[in-house]
Amino acid sequence: MSVPVQVRSARPKSTNPADFAAVTGRELDWKFSPVAKLQELISGELDGSRFAYTATEAAGVSLSWIPVTDARIGTAGIPEDRSSANAWSAVTEALLVSITSEDVSEITITRDALGTTARAAHIVIEAAPFSKGTVILQNNGDARLVENVEILVGAEAQLNVISVQEWNDDALHLGSHFARVGRNAELKHTLVSLSGEVIRVNPSTLLAEDGSSVVMNGVYFADAHQHIEQQVYVNHDAPQSKSRVTYKGALQGAGARTVWIGDVLIGNKAVGTDSYEQNRNLVLTEGTRADSIPNLEIETGDIAGAGHASATGRFDDEQLFYLQARGISEEEARRLVVRGFLNEVVQQLGVPALAERIEASLVAELEAGVN
Amino acid sequence: MSTLKITDLHVSVETDQGTKQILRGVDLEINSGETHAIMGPNGSGKSTLAYTIAGHPKYTVESGSITLDGEDVLEMSVDERAKAGLFLAMQYPVEIPGVTVTNFLRTAKTAVDGEAPALRSWIKDVREAMANLKMDPSFSERNVNEGFSGGEKKRHEILQMELLKPKFAVLDETDSGLDVDALKIVSEGVNRAKEATGMGVLLITHYTRILRYIQPQFVHVFVNGKVAEEGGPELADRLENEGYDRYLEIA
Repeated sequence: MSVPVQVRSARPKSTNPADFAAVTGRELDWKFSPVAKLQELISGELDGSRFAYTATEAAGVSLSWIPVTDARIGTAGIPEDRSSANAWSAVTEALLVSITSEDVSEITITRDALGTTARAAHIVIEAAPFSKGTVILQNNGDARLVENVEILVGAEAQLNVISVQEWNDDALHLGSHFARVGRNAELKHTLVSLSGEVIRVNPSTLLAEDGSSVVMNGVYFADAHQHIEQQVYVNHDAPQSKSRVTYKGALQGAGARTVWIGDVLIGNKAVGTDSYEQNRNLVLTEGTRADSIPNLEIETGDIAGAGHASATGRFDDEQLFYLQARGISEEEARRLVVRGFLNEVVQQLGVPALAERIEASLVAELEAGVN
Repeated sequence: MSTLKITDLHVSVETDQGTKQILRGVDLEINSGETHAIMGPNGSGKSTLAYTIAGHPKYTVESGSITLDGEDVLEMSVDERAKAGLFLAMQYPVEIPGVTVTNFLRTAKTAVDGEAPALRSWIKDVREAMANLKMDPSFSERNVNEGFSGGEKKRHEILQMELLKPKFAVLDETDSGLDVDALKIVSEGVNRAKEATGMGVLLITHYTRILRYIQPQFVHVFVNGKVAEEGGPELADRLENEGYDRYLEIA
């Protein structure tokens, strides 16, 4: 029996699924996941053809299909688990989202007709040097999806990537996001996960060059029998790099389950690094489970700051009492507290119309649970 | 003219050591425009009375009654009591992350009045009330009680009282933790609200200090869950000189 991998940087990497052992659910990176429901996606045959999408028009943003032999493929990162490798090897083409505009541009790519066939997808989001843009991946409808999303942020570019999971209730979604951030470039990456039976999207960022920075945010709301998982990784590999990771979630209903694993590696080249990661969960009802595991690995002594925080708490009765004592009904008080809690992340989306819509969805989720 | 009437009130609280009796037969009647000071040593049940009036779920009313103009307050939920005109300025206001003071005040005002306030006059009212309490305008964009100093929390409580215009305000040790300047500002707020609305005030305090700025017509001394002595303002002066020792010996 092999020694289990302890640190994120030492996980095996390969684009070939055969290089990974069969997943049993005992592995460190799978042990929180409902593996039995996912085997077909982890090791079964996947449809790797072009997927259906619609997209808004935006100046300075173009969409095209590129072969997986393109030189850009694999430059942001390569799979660290079998499902990711399974998807990688199944596709022959990737959807390239290319941003060249130096004015802020915004594009929404909607996938709402993926169907129920197990399928693979590969997306490359490339922000040219000095470009500014926002890419929203809006996910609705049925899905049995395994995908890899590569995010390449050129020097001095500012890129905002938001992936919104509002799938049908029985959807399965396994994702791996790999970002590489160039010199003085800024990436903001947000996962908004609201509906779907299993959503397990693991975003990682390589802060590859001097002065690169990333904000990795997440907001999630798990209902009864819903599994939402994210394994977040920031690899500081260059001097003066900065990261902020904030994931906030609410759990409501029997069997609601969330997992957050946050790994930060500060490599020996990453002097002057400033890093902070936090995960906070609000437990609204009995019968839920939130796992929250922050890890920090530091290989240099010369850093500006590194910290982490994790907290999972119940609804605070004193907050409710305070609001009710001001005439606010219990139902509205709950809504205020939960919205306030999740707002911190929603307000940072940087897309006001989307923020407003997500806030309304969160309120709807909350009310669905009350009734 | 309104009356808040408390009759033979017995209240207990659940603790790790079992049920603990705190109030043992409290009688009190407050009319509009009156200020009653409730004084007493630690553990005498002053705060329990405040929280029981407001309806905190931690406290169980064993017997007795609380009525507001004849209506049974104990039958009302916490928010119904606030809508009926009762206000509790809390000793330890809690933080509500992500909810701004502006949003909170407007939500509370809408709930208490049953309709949203007219926007223009509301903004003006809030601005004026904040200026009177010497609160910086930036205050309204901060999250409720988050990172507030002790003095800021108390001013924020009084701000709510001035804007919600209750029939009766219960001030639970609003004076604790305030320096003399803040104490004056807060006291002026209470006097202003009283003058504007004719509300009745139940002022709960450990010390006589705040009574220099808010004059009570009635003073009730609480000891061991009951009113041990009642009188006019002169009773407060006597307490200032003698302290509570006299009552504790009897108890």
